[in-house]
Amino acid sequence: MHSWNGFTDRRRFLRAAAAFTATAFAPTAEGAATIDLPLPGGPSARALTTAFPQKGEMILQRTRPPLLETPFEVFDEGVFTPNDRFFVRWHWAVIPESVDVSRFRLGVRGNVETPLSLTLEEIMAMPRVEMAAVNQCSGNSRGFFTPRVPGGEWGNGAMGNAIWTGVRLKDVLDRARVKAASVQVRFTGLDETVTEGAPRFLKSLDIDHARDGEVMIAYLMNGQPLPLLNGFPIRVIVPGWYSTYWTKMLSDIEVLDKADDNFWMKSAYLIPDTPHASVKPGETGFKSVPINRMVPRSFFTNIEGLASTAPSAHAPFRGVAFGGDCGVAAVECSLDGGATWTAAALGPERGAYGFRRWSFETTAPAAGAVEVAVRCTNAKGVAQPLEANWNAGGYMRNVVERVRLVVQ
Amino acid sequence: MRVSRGIRALGAVALLAVAPAFAEKLSSLNLHLPQDDEEFVGAGADTVNSACRACHSIEMVLTQPKLSASVWTAEVNKMRKIFKAPIDDADVAPIVDYLVRLQAGS
Repeated sequence: MHSWNGFTDRRRFLRAAAAFTATAFAPTAEGAATIDLPLPGGPSARALTTAFPQKGEMILQRTRPPLLETPFEVFDEGVFTPNDRFFVRWHWAVIPESVDVSRFRLGVRGNVETPLSLTLEEIMAMPRVEMAAVNQCSGNSRGFFTPRVPGGEWGNGAMGNAIWTGVRLKDVLDRARVKAASVQVRFTGLDETVTEGAPRFLKSLDIDHARDGEVMIAYLMNGQPLPLLNGFPIRVIVPGWYSTYWTKMLSDIEVLDKADDNFWMKSAYLIPDTPHASVKPGETGFKSVPINRMVPRSFFTNIEGLASTAPSAHAPFRGVAFGGDCGVAAVECSLDGGATWTAAALGPERGAYGFRRWSFETTAPAAGAVEVAVRCTNAKGVAQPLEANWNAGGYMRNVVERVRLVVQ
Repeated sequence: MRVSRGIRALGAVALLAVAPAFAEKLSSLNLHLPQDDEEFVGAGADTVNSACRACHSIEMVLTQPKLSASVWTAEVNKMRKIFKAPIDDADVAPIVDYLVRLQAGS
Protein backbone atom coordinates (compact mmCIF):
# COMPACT_ATOMS: atom_id res chain seq x y z
CA MET A 1 0.00 0.00 0.00
CA HIS A 2 1.11 3.49 -0.78
CA SER A 3 0.22 6.67 0.98
CA TRP A 4 0.10 10.00 -0.73
CA ASN A 5 -1.13 13.25 0.77
CA GLY A 6 -2.93 11.55 3.60
CA PHE A 7 -4.76 9.16 1.31
CA THR A 8 -4.41 5.51 1.82
CA ASP A 9 -4.42 4.30 -1.73
CA ARG A 10 -5.82 0.88 -2.33
CA ARG A 11 -3.52 0.09 -5.20
CA ARG A 12 -3.78 -3.60 -5.36
CA PHE A 13 -0.18 -4.66 -5.20
CA LEU A 14 -0.01 -8.33 -4.48
CA ARG A 15 3.65 -8.59 -3.72
CA ALA A 16 4.65 -12.17 -3.15
CA ALA A 17 1.12 -13.28 -3.93
CA ALA A 18 0.99 -16.82 -5.16
CA ALA A 19 -1.11 -17.55 -8.19
CA PHE A 20 -0.66 -15.88 -11.56
CA THR A 21 -4.09 -16.98 -12.66
CA ALA A 22 -6.73 -19.21 -11.20
CA THR A 23 -5.52 -22.10 -13.29
CA ALA A 24 -3.60 -25.15 -12.28
CA PHE A 25 -0.68 -23.92 -14.36
CA ALA A 26 0.68 -21.26 -11.98
CA PRO A 27 3.78 -20.33 -13.96
CA THR A 28 5.16 -17.52 -11.77
CA ALA A 29 8.14 -18.29 -9.65
CA GLU A 30 7.46 -18.44 -5.97
CA GLY A 31 7.97 -15.04 -4.39
CA ALA A 32 7.70 -13.12 -7.63
CA ALA A 33 6.03 -9.75 -7.31
CA THR A 34 2.68 -9.38 -8.99
CA ILE A 35 0.19 -6.57 -9.50
CA ASP A 36 -3.58 -6.61 -9.90
CA LEU A 37 -4.58 -4.30 -12.78
CA PRO A 38 -7.61 -4.96 -11.99
CA LEU A 39 -9.54 -6.24 -14.99
CA PRO A 40 -13.25 -7.08 -14.75
CA GLY A 41 -13.78 -10.82 -14.54
CA GLY A 42 -10.03 -11.45 -14.52
CA PRO A 43 -7.55 -12.88 -14.88
CA SER A 44 -6.09 -9.70 -13.57
CA ALA A 45 -2.86 -10.54 -11.77
CA ARG A 46 0.33 -9.83 -13.70
CA ALA A 47 3.94 -10.46 -12.78
CA LEU A 48 6.26 -7.51 -12.36
CA THR A 49 9.54 -8.04 -14.17
CA THR A 50 12.99 -6.51 -14.39
CA ALA A 51 14.26 -9.17 -16.80
CA PHE A 52 14.18 -7.10 -19.98
CA PRO A 53 17.27 -5.22 -21.20
CA GLN A 54 17.30 -1.44 -20.71
CA LYS A 55 14.04 -1.71 -18.77
CA GLY A 56 13.25 -1.14 -15.12
CA GLU A 57 10.31 -2.75 -13.38
CA MET A 58 7.51 -3.39 -15.86
CA ILE A 59 4.21 -5.25 -15.84
CA LEU A 60 4.74 -8.49 -17.75
CA GLN A 61 1.89 -9.04 -20.18
CA ARG A 62 3.82 -11.44 -22.41
CA THR A 63 7.45 -12.54 -22.52
CA ARG A 64 7.64 -13.42 -26.23
CA PRO A 65 7.17 -11.34 -28.26
CA PRO A 66 7.43 -8.78 -25.49
CA LEU A 67 4.39 -6.91 -24.20
CA LEU A 68 5.42 -4.78 -21.23
CA GLU A 69 3.10 -2.33 -19.51
CA THR A 70 4.12 0.77 -17.57
CA PRO A 71 3.13 0.53 -13.88
CA PHE A 72 0.71 3.39 -13.41
CA GLU A 73 2.52 5.11 -10.54
CA VAL A 74 5.26 6.01 -13.04
CA PHE A 75 2.85 8.55 -14.57
CA ASP A 76 2.63 10.34 -11.21
CA GLU A 77 6.35 11.03 -11.23
CA GLY A 78 6.53 13.50 -14.10
CA VAL A 79 5.13 14.60 -17.42
CA PHE A 80 7.63 12.53 -19.40
CA THR A 81 7.76 8.76 -19.14
CA PRO A 82 11.30 7.46 -18.50
CA ASN A 83 12.71 5.33 -21.30
CA ASP A 84 13.32 2.41 -18.95
CA ARG A 85 9.63 2.38 -17.91
CA PHE A 86 8.12 3.07 -21.34
CA PHE A 87 5.67 0.42 -22.56
CA VAL A 88 6.72 -2.18 -25.12
CA ARG A 89 4.67 -3.96 -27.76
CA TRP A 90 5.89 -6.27 -30.54
CA HIS A 91 3.87 -8.37 -32.96
CA TRP A 92 6.46 -10.90 -34.08
CA ALA A 93 9.15 -12.57 -31.99
CA VAL A 94 12.02 -12.31 -34.47
CA ILE A 95 13.51 -9.09 -33.09
CA PRO A 96 17.19 -8.31 -33.64
CA GLU A 97 19.05 -8.37 -30.33
CA SER A 98 22.03 -6.58 -31.78
CA VAL A 99 22.22 -3.57 -34.06
CA ASP A 100 25.51 -2.45 -35.60
CA VAL A 101 25.13 1.29 -36.05
CA SER A 102 27.88 1.48 -38.68
CA ARG A 103 26.17 -1.09 -40.90
CA PHE A 104 22.57 0.02 -40.36
CA ARG A 105 20.84 1.52 -43.42
CA LEU A 106 17.44 3.09 -43.94
CA GLY A 107 16.14 2.34 -47.42
CA VAL A 108 13.83 4.74 -49.23
CA ARG A 109 12.43 3.30 -52.41
CA GLY A 110 9.34 2.64 -54.47
CA ASN A 111 7.68 5.50 -56.31
CA VAL A 112 10.67 7.87 -55.99
CA GLU A 113 13.14 9.41 -58.45
CA THR A 114 16.17 8.74 -56.24
CA PRO A 115 16.14 5.63 -54.10
CA LEU A 116 18.22 6.11 -50.98
CA SER A 117 20.19 3.99 -48.58
CA LEU A 118 20.90 6.28 -45.64
CA THR A 119 23.40 5.71 -42.86
CA LEU A 120 22.57 6.84 -39.35
CA GLU A 121 25.18 9.57 -39.68
CA GLU A 122 23.49 10.84 -42.83
CA ILE A 123 20.13 10.87 -41.07
CA MET A 124 21.51 12.63 -38.01
CA ALA A 125 23.14 15.26 -40.20
CA MET A 126 19.77 16.34 -41.61
CA PRO A 127 17.83 19.28 -40.08
CA ARG A 128 16.89 18.26 -36.58
CA VAL A 129 13.53 18.65 -34.91
CA GLU A 130 12.07 17.63 -31.60
CA MET A 131 8.59 17.20 -30.26
CA ALA A 132 6.83 15.94 -27.16
CA ALA A 133 4.21 13.37 -28.10
CA VAL A 134 2.18 10.63 -26.48
CA ASN A 135 2.76 7.15 -27.86
CA GLN A 136 -0.30 5.05 -27.06
CA CYS A 137 -1.19 1.52 -28.12
CA SER A 138 -4.44 1.27 -30.09
CA GLY A 139 -5.58 -1.29 -27.53
CA ASN A 140 -4.50 0.56 -24.40
CA SER A 141 -7.04 -0.28 -21.65
CA ARG A 142 -8.46 -3.20 -23.66
CA GLY A 143 -8.70 -5.24 -20.45
CA PHE A 144 -11.44 -2.90 -19.19
CA PHE A 145 -13.78 -3.56 -22.12
CA THR A 146 -17.14 -4.97 -21.04
CA PRO A 147 -17.91 -7.48 -22.37
CA ARG A 148 -14.27 -8.46 -22.53
CA VAL A 149 -12.57 -9.03 -25.89
CA PRO A 150 -9.54 -11.18 -26.80
CA GLY A 151 -6.17 -9.53 -27.42
CA GLY A 152 -3.40 -7.98 -25.38
CA GLU A 153 -5.14 -7.49 -22.04
CA TRP A 154 -3.67 -4.14 -21.07
CA GLY A 155 -4.60 -1.95 -18.15
CA ASN A 156 -4.14 1.78 -18.75
CA GLY A 157 -0.35 1.68 -18.98
CA ALA A 158 0.19 0.95 -22.69
CA MET A 159 1.06 4.60 -23.23
CA GLY A 160 3.85 7.04 -22.55
CA ASN A 161 4.97 10.57 -23.27
CA ALA A 162 8.46 11.41 -24.50
CA ILE A 163 10.43 14.11 -26.24
CA TRP A 164 11.32 12.70 -29.63
CA THR A 165 14.33 14.05 -31.49
CA GLY A 166 15.01 13.29 -35.11
CA VAL A 167 14.26 14.41 -38.63
CA ARG A 168 11.11 15.20 -40.54
CA LEU A 169 9.88 12.31 -42.66
CA LYS A 170 9.08 14.99 -45.24
CA ASP A 171 12.77 15.91 -45.52
CA VAL A 172 13.74 12.28 -46.09
CA LEU A 173 11.00 11.84 -48.71
CA ASP A 174 11.96 15.09 -50.44
CA ARG A 175 15.55 13.88 -50.65
CA ALA A 176 14.32 10.79 -52.47
CA ARG A 177 12.12 12.97 -54.72
CA VAL A 178 8.70 11.36 -54.50
CA LYS A 179 7.07 10.91 -57.88
CA ALA A 180 3.70 12.40 -58.76
CA ALA A 181 0.61 10.28 -58.13
CA SER A 182 2.04 8.66 -55.02
CA VAL A 183 -0.66 7.48 -52.63
CA GLN A 184 0.84 6.07 -49.45
CA VAL A 185 4.14 5.56 -47.68
CA ARG A 186 4.79 2.15 -46.11
CA PHE A 187 7.10 1.46 -43.18
CA THR A 188 8.98 -1.74 -42.41
CA GLY A 189 11.05 -2.46 -39.32
CA LEU A 190 13.81 -4.99 -38.70
CA ASP A 191 11.44 -7.42 -36.96
CA GLU A 192 10.44 -10.48 -38.94
CA THR A 193 7.81 -13.16 -38.81
CA VAL A 194 8.37 -16.37 -36.91
CA THR A 195 6.45 -18.46 -39.41
CA GLU A 196 7.05 -18.68 -43.12
CA GLY A 197 4.48 -16.99 -45.32
CA ALA A 198 2.93 -14.97 -42.51
CA PRO A 199 2.42 -11.22 -42.97
CA ARG A 200 5.30 -9.06 -41.84
CA PHE A 201 4.21 -6.12 -39.71
CA LEU A 202 3.87 -3.29 -42.22
CA LYS A 203 2.01 0.00 -41.73
CA SER A 204 1.28 2.88 -44.09
CA LEU A 205 0.29 6.52 -43.97
CA ASP A 206 -1.29 8.59 -46.73
CA ILE A 207 1.32 10.53 -48.70
CA ASP A 208 0.02 13.93 -47.58
CA HIS A 209 0.11 12.86 -43.95
CA ALA A 210 3.63 11.49 -44.37
CA ARG A 211 4.70 14.85 -45.81
CA ASP A 212 2.89 17.09 -43.32
CA GLY A 213 6.14 18.14 -41.65
CA GLU A 214 5.07 16.71 -38.28
CA VAL A 215 5.62 13.00 -38.87
CA MET A 216 9.17 12.27 -37.79
CA ILE A 217 11.89 9.67 -37.77
CA ALA A 218 13.31 9.77 -34.23
CA TYR A 219 16.78 8.71 -33.10
CA LEU A 220 16.51 10.11 -29.57
CA MET A 221 13.84 9.57 -26.94
CA ASN A 222 13.96 11.90 -23.94
CA GLY A 223 17.44 12.91 -25.11
CA GLN A 224 18.84 9.38 -25.17
CA PRO A 225 19.10 6.68 -27.84
CA LEU A 226 15.92 4.64 -28.01
CA PRO A 227 15.94 1.42 -25.98
CA LEU A 228 16.14 -1.60 -28.27
CA LEU A 229 12.61 -2.60 -27.36
CA ASN A 230 11.29 0.88 -28.17
CA GLY A 231 12.77 0.77 -31.66
CA PHE A 232 16.53 1.41 -31.61
CA PRO A 233 18.09 2.92 -33.65
CA ILE A 234 15.20 4.83 -35.29
CA ARG A 235 11.43 4.75 -35.24
CA VAL A 236 8.55 6.58 -36.87
CA ILE A 237 6.75 9.22 -34.78
CA VAL A 238 3.19 10.00 -35.86
CA PRO A 239 2.01 12.75 -33.48
CA GLY A 240 -1.63 12.38 -32.49
CA TRP A 241 -2.01 8.93 -34.05
CA TYR A 242 -2.02 5.55 -32.36
CA SER A 243 1.24 3.70 -31.89
CA THR A 244 0.53 1.06 -34.51
CA TYR A 245 1.89 3.54 -37.10
CA TRP A 246 5.02 4.36 -35.09
CA THR A 247 7.14 1.64 -36.74
CA LYS A 248 10.06 0.56 -34.55
CA MET A 249 13.57 -0.24 -35.84
CA LEU A 250 12.54 1.49 -39.06
CA SER A 251 14.60 0.04 -41.91
CA ASP A 252 12.59 0.61 -45.05
CA ILE A 253 10.31 3.31 -46.42
CA GLU A 254 8.41 2.41 -49.57
CA VAL A 255 6.43 5.02 -51.49
CA LEU A 256 3.36 3.35 -52.97
CA ASP A 257 1.38 4.37 -56.05
CA LYS A 258 -1.75 2.75 -54.65
CA ALA A 259 -3.33 2.19 -51.27
CA ASP A 260 -1.58 -0.43 -49.15
CA ASP A 261 -3.65 -3.61 -49.02
CA ASN A 262 -1.33 -5.62 -46.77
CA PHE A 263 -2.98 -7.55 -43.91
CA TRP A 264 -2.01 -5.03 -41.21
CA MET A 265 -3.73 -2.18 -43.05
CA LYS A 266 -6.63 -3.98 -44.71
CA SER A 267 -7.67 -6.54 -42.09
CA ALA A 268 -6.10 -5.63 -38.77
CA TYR A 269 -6.30 -2.51 -36.61
CA LEU A 270 -9.71 -1.66 -38.06
CA ILE A 271 -12.29 0.31 -36.11
CA PRO A 272 -16.02 0.80 -36.71
CA ASP A 273 -16.59 4.01 -38.66
CA THR A 274 -19.06 5.16 -35.98
CA PRO A 275 -19.02 7.79 -33.19
CA HIS A 276 -16.36 6.79 -30.61
CA ALA A 277 -15.63 3.75 -32.82
CA SER A 278 -18.41 2.16 -30.83
CA VAL A 279 -20.91 -0.56 -31.72
CA LYS A 280 -23.09 -2.95 -29.76
CA PRO A 281 -21.60 -6.36 -28.95
CA GLY A 282 -22.61 -8.69 -31.76
CA GLU A 283 -23.53 -5.85 -34.11
CA THR A 284 -22.59 -6.35 -37.77
CA GLY A 285 -23.01 -4.49 -41.03
CA PHE A 286 -21.10 -1.34 -40.13
CA LYS A 287 -18.25 0.08 -42.19
CA SER A 288 -14.73 -0.38 -40.81
CA VAL A 289 -11.72 1.87 -41.37
CA PRO A 290 -8.07 1.74 -40.30
CA ILE A 291 -7.56 3.15 -36.80
CA ASN A 292 -6.17 6.66 -37.02
CA ARG A 293 -6.32 9.76 -34.78
CA MET A 294 -6.23 9.50 -31.01
CA VAL A 295 -8.99 10.85 -28.79
CA PRO A 296 -8.67 12.80 -25.52
CA ARG A 297 -7.98 11.01 -22.24
CA SER A 298 -7.28 11.95 -18.64
CA PHE A 299 -6.18 9.86 -15.69
CA PHE A 300 -5.74 10.07 -11.96
CA THR A 301 -2.13 9.28 -11.09
CA ASN A 302 -2.07 9.72 -7.30
CA ILE A 303 -5.00 7.39 -6.67
CA GLU A 304 -6.04 4.25 -8.42
CA GLY A 305 -9.60 3.09 -8.05
CA LEU A 306 -10.24 3.52 -4.38
CA ALA A 307 -8.74 5.62 -1.60
CA SER A 308 -9.68 6.18 1.99
CA THR A 309 -9.27 9.42 3.89
CA ALA A 310 -10.09 11.05 7.20
CA PRO A 311 -13.48 12.83 7.61
CA SER A 312 -13.53 16.32 6.06
CA ALA A 313 -9.86 16.01 5.12
CA HIS A 314 -8.15 17.98 2.37
CA ALA A 315 -8.33 15.75 -0.72
CA PRO A 316 -5.96 16.62 -3.55
CA PHE A 317 -6.15 14.80 -6.87
CA ARG A 318 -3.72 14.97 -9.72
CA GLY A 319 -2.97 13.26 -12.97
CA VAL A 320 -2.13 13.52 -16.63
CA ALA A 321 -4.27 14.32 -19.65
CA PHE A 322 -3.74 14.53 -23.37
CA GLY A 323 -5.89 15.86 -26.18
CA GLY A 324 -5.31 13.04 -28.65
CA ASP A 325 -4.78 14.60 -32.08
CA CYS A 326 -4.48 18.15 -30.68
CA GLY A 327 -3.80 19.96 -27.44
CA VAL A 328 -5.73 20.00 -24.16
CA ALA A 329 -8.31 22.79 -23.80
CA ALA A 330 -9.58 21.86 -20.34
CA VAL A 331 -9.51 19.21 -17.66
CA GLU A 332 -12.45 19.18 -15.27
CA CYS A 333 -13.54 17.15 -12.29
CA SER A 334 -17.01 16.17 -11.18
CA LEU A 335 -18.19 15.10 -7.73
CA ASP A 336 -21.76 14.38 -8.81
CA GLY A 337 -21.44 11.70 -11.43
CA GLY A 338 -20.89 14.08 -14.31
CA ALA A 339 -23.83 16.47 -13.74
CA THR A 340 -21.57 19.43 -13.00
CA TRP A 341 -17.88 19.97 -13.69
CA THR A 342 -15.23 22.19 -12.11
CA ALA A 343 -12.02 23.16 -13.88
CA ALA A 344 -8.83 21.50 -12.71
CA ALA A 345 -5.57 23.45 -12.69
CA LEU A 346 -3.36 22.67 -15.69
CA GLY A 347 0.40 22.39 -15.71
CA PRO A 348 2.43 23.96 -18.52
CA GLU A 349 1.96 22.68 -22.05
CA ARG A 350 5.10 20.94 -23.27
CA GLY A 351 3.80 20.38 -26.79
CA ALA A 352 0.26 19.93 -28.06
CA TYR A 353 0.66 16.17 -28.51
CA GLY A 354 2.15 15.48 -25.09
CA PHE A 355 0.83 14.84 -21.59
CA ARG A 356 -0.41 17.77 -19.56
CA ARG A 357 -0.38 17.60 -15.77
CA TRP A 358 -3.57 18.53 -13.96
CA SER A 359 -4.54 18.95 -10.29
CA PHE A 360 -7.79 19.42 -8.40
CA GLU A 361 -8.52 19.84 -4.73
CA THR A 362 -11.66 19.22 -2.74
CA THR A 363 -12.67 18.39 0.80
CA ALA A 364 -13.65 14.87 1.74
CA PRO A 365 -17.19 14.45 3.12
CA ALA A 366 -17.71 14.16 6.89
CA ALA A 367 -18.81 10.57 6.36
CA GLY A 368 -19.60 8.20 3.53
CA ALA A 369 -17.99 8.22 0.14
CA VAL A 370 -17.60 10.44 -2.88
CA GLU A 371 -16.86 9.53 -6.47
CA VAL A 372 -14.55 11.84 -8.35
CA ALA A 373 -14.52 11.85 -12.16
CA VAL A 374 -12.03 13.54 -14.49
CA ARG A 375 -12.69 14.63 -18.06
CA CYS A 376 -10.44 16.12 -20.73
CA THR A 377 -11.78 18.34 -23.51
CA ASN A 378 -9.34 18.84 -26.35
CA ALA A 379 -8.56 21.93 -28.42
CA LYS A 380 -11.02 20.79 -31.08
CA GLY A 381 -13.82 20.73 -28.49
CA VAL A 382 -13.96 16.94 -28.26
CA ALA A 383 -14.62 15.70 -24.71
CA GLN A 384 -14.26 12.26 -23.18
CA PRO A 385 -17.58 10.40 -23.04
CA LEU A 386 -19.27 9.36 -19.79
CA GLU A 387 -20.11 5.97 -21.27
CA ALA A 388 -17.39 3.55 -22.40
CA ASN A 389 -17.20 2.70 -26.08
CA TRP A 390 -17.14 -0.90 -27.25
CA ASN A 391 -15.77 -2.65 -30.32
CA ALA A 392 -14.52 -6.18 -30.92
CA GLY A 393 -10.90 -5.06 -31.31
CA GLY A 394 -10.78 -3.38 -27.92
CA TYR A 395 -9.62 -0.10 -29.47
CA MET A 396 -9.82 3.58 -28.56
CA ARG A 397 -11.14 3.39 -25.01
CA ASN A 398 -11.37 6.92 -23.61
CA VAL A 399 -14.24 6.91 -21.14
CA VAL A 400 -14.17 9.40 -18.24
CA GLU A 401 -12.12 7.84 -15.42
CA ARG A 402 -13.46 7.68 -11.88
CA VAL A 403 -12.03 7.06 -8.42
CA ARG A 404 -13.88 6.52 -5.18
CA LEU A 405 -12.92 8.29 -1.98
CA VAL A 406 -14.16 6.59 1.18
CA VAL A 407 -14.16 8.29 4.59
CA GLN A 408 -12.91 6.06 7.36
CA MET B 1 6.95 21.33 -34.32
CA ARG B 2 9.80 23.10 -32.61
CA VAL B 3 13.28 23.27 -34.08
CA SER B 4 15.67 22.46 -31.32
CA ARG B 5 17.75 25.20 -29.77
CA GLY B 6 20.99 23.70 -31.03
CA ILE B 7 20.17 24.01 -34.69
CA ARG B 8 18.76 27.51 -34.28
CA ALA B 9 21.95 28.71 -32.67
CA LEU B 10 24.14 27.13 -35.29
CA GLY B 11 21.90 28.10 -38.16
CA ALA B 12 22.75 31.69 -37.39
CA VAL B 13 26.43 31.00 -37.83
CA ALA B 14 26.45 29.27 -41.16
CA LEU B 15 24.33 27.09 -43.39
CA LEU B 16 26.25 23.90 -43.10
CA ALA B 17 25.45 21.16 -45.54
CA VAL B 18 26.29 18.63 -42.90
CA ALA B 19 26.15 19.24 -39.21
CA PRO B 20 28.28 16.60 -37.53
CA ALA B 21 28.26 18.71 -34.38
CA PHE B 22 24.72 17.49 -33.75
CA ALA B 23 25.39 13.90 -34.48
CA GLU B 24 25.37 12.34 -31.05
CA LYS B 25 27.10 9.09 -31.49
CA LEU B 26 24.76 6.14 -31.35
CA SER B 27 26.51 3.06 -30.04
CA SER B 28 25.84 -0.42 -31.35
CA LEU B 29 23.71 -2.62 -29.14
CA ASN B 30 24.11 -6.28 -28.37
CA LEU B 31 21.51 -7.39 -25.86
CA HIS B 32 19.60 -10.48 -24.91
CA LEU B 33 15.87 -10.80 -24.52
CA PRO B 34 14.68 -13.18 -21.82
CA GLN B 35 13.65 -16.61 -23.00
CA ASP B 36 10.36 -18.14 -22.01
CA ASP B 37 10.42 -21.73 -20.86
CA GLU B 38 6.96 -22.13 -19.35
CA GLU B 39 4.86 -24.76 -21.07
CA PHE B 40 1.27 -25.88 -21.00
CA VAL B 41 0.87 -29.11 -19.05
CA GLY B 42 -1.72 -31.84 -18.67
CA ALA B 43 -3.74 -33.90 -21.11
CA GLY B 44 -3.48 -32.57 -24.65
CA ALA B 45 -0.71 -30.10 -23.81
CA ASP B 46 1.80 -31.33 -26.41
CA THR B 47 -0.31 -30.17 -29.34
CA VAL B 48 -1.09 -26.86 -27.66
CA ASN B 49 2.58 -26.25 -26.92
CA SER B 50 3.69 -26.86 -30.48
CA ALA B 51 0.81 -24.81 -31.90
CA CYS B 52 0.73 -21.79 -29.58
CA ARG B 53 4.33 -21.59 -28.41
CA ALA B 54 5.62 -21.56 -31.97
CA CYS B 55 4.96 -17.82 -32.02
CA HIS B 56 4.35 -16.65 -28.46
CA SER B 57 4.83 -17.46 -24.80
CA ILE B 58 1.97 -18.89 -22.79
CA GLU B 59 1.01 -15.65 -21.01
CA MET B 60 -0.78 -14.67 -24.22
CA VAL B 61 -3.26 -17.43 -23.43
CA LEU B 62 -3.20 -17.18 -19.63
CA THR B 63 -4.09 -13.48 -19.63
CA GLN B 64 -7.18 -13.87 -21.82
CA PRO B 65 -10.62 -13.34 -20.30
CA LYS B 66 -12.92 -16.33 -20.28
CA LEU B 67 -13.70 -16.94 -23.96
CA SER B 68 -16.31 -19.21 -25.48
CA ALA B 69 -15.36 -22.22 -27.58
CA SER B 70 -16.49 -20.37 -30.70
CA VAL B 71 -14.29 -17.34 -29.91
CA TRP B 72 -11.34 -19.65 -29.17
CA THR B 73 -11.99 -21.43 -32.46
CA ALA B 74 -11.87 -18.12 -34.31
CA GLU B 75 -8.62 -17.25 -32.54
CA VAL B 76 -7.01 -20.60 -33.33
CA ASN B 77 -8.10 -20.34 -36.96
CA LYS B 78 -6.69 -16.82 -37.20
CA MET B 79 -3.37 -18.10 -35.87
CA ARG B 80 -3.45 -20.98 -38.32
CA LYS B 81 -4.68 -19.30 -41.50
CA ILE B 82 -3.24 -15.80 -41.22
CA PHE B 83 -0.23 -16.17 -38.95
CA LYS B 84 0.69 -19.62 -40.29
CA ALA B 85 0.97 -21.30 -36.92
CA PRO B 86 1.86 -24.99 -37.33
CA ILE B 87 -1.62 -26.38 -36.67
CA ASP B 88 -3.23 -29.25 -38.57
CA ASP B 89 -6.92 -29.09 -39.41
CA ALA B 90 -7.58 -32.00 -37.13
CA ASP B 91 -5.87 -30.32 -34.19
CA VAL B 92 -8.09 -27.24 -34.06
CA ALA B 93 -10.87 -28.90 -32.05
CA PRO B 94 -8.55 -30.55 -29.48
CA ILE B 95 -6.67 -27.26 -29.00
CA VAL B 96 -9.92 -25.37 -28.44
CA ASP B 97 -11.05 -28.07 -26.04
CA TYR B 98 -7.81 -27.71 -24.08
CA LEU B 99 -8.13 -23.92 -23.91
CA VAL B 100 -11.72 -24.08 -22.71
CA ARG B 101 -10.78 -26.67 -20.06
CA LEU B 102 -7.82 -24.52 -19.04
CA GLN B 103 -10.03 -21.50 -18.43
CA ALA B 104 -12.58 -23.61 -16.58
CA GLY B 105 -9.78 -24.73 -14.29
CA SER B 106 -10.54 -28.36 -14.94
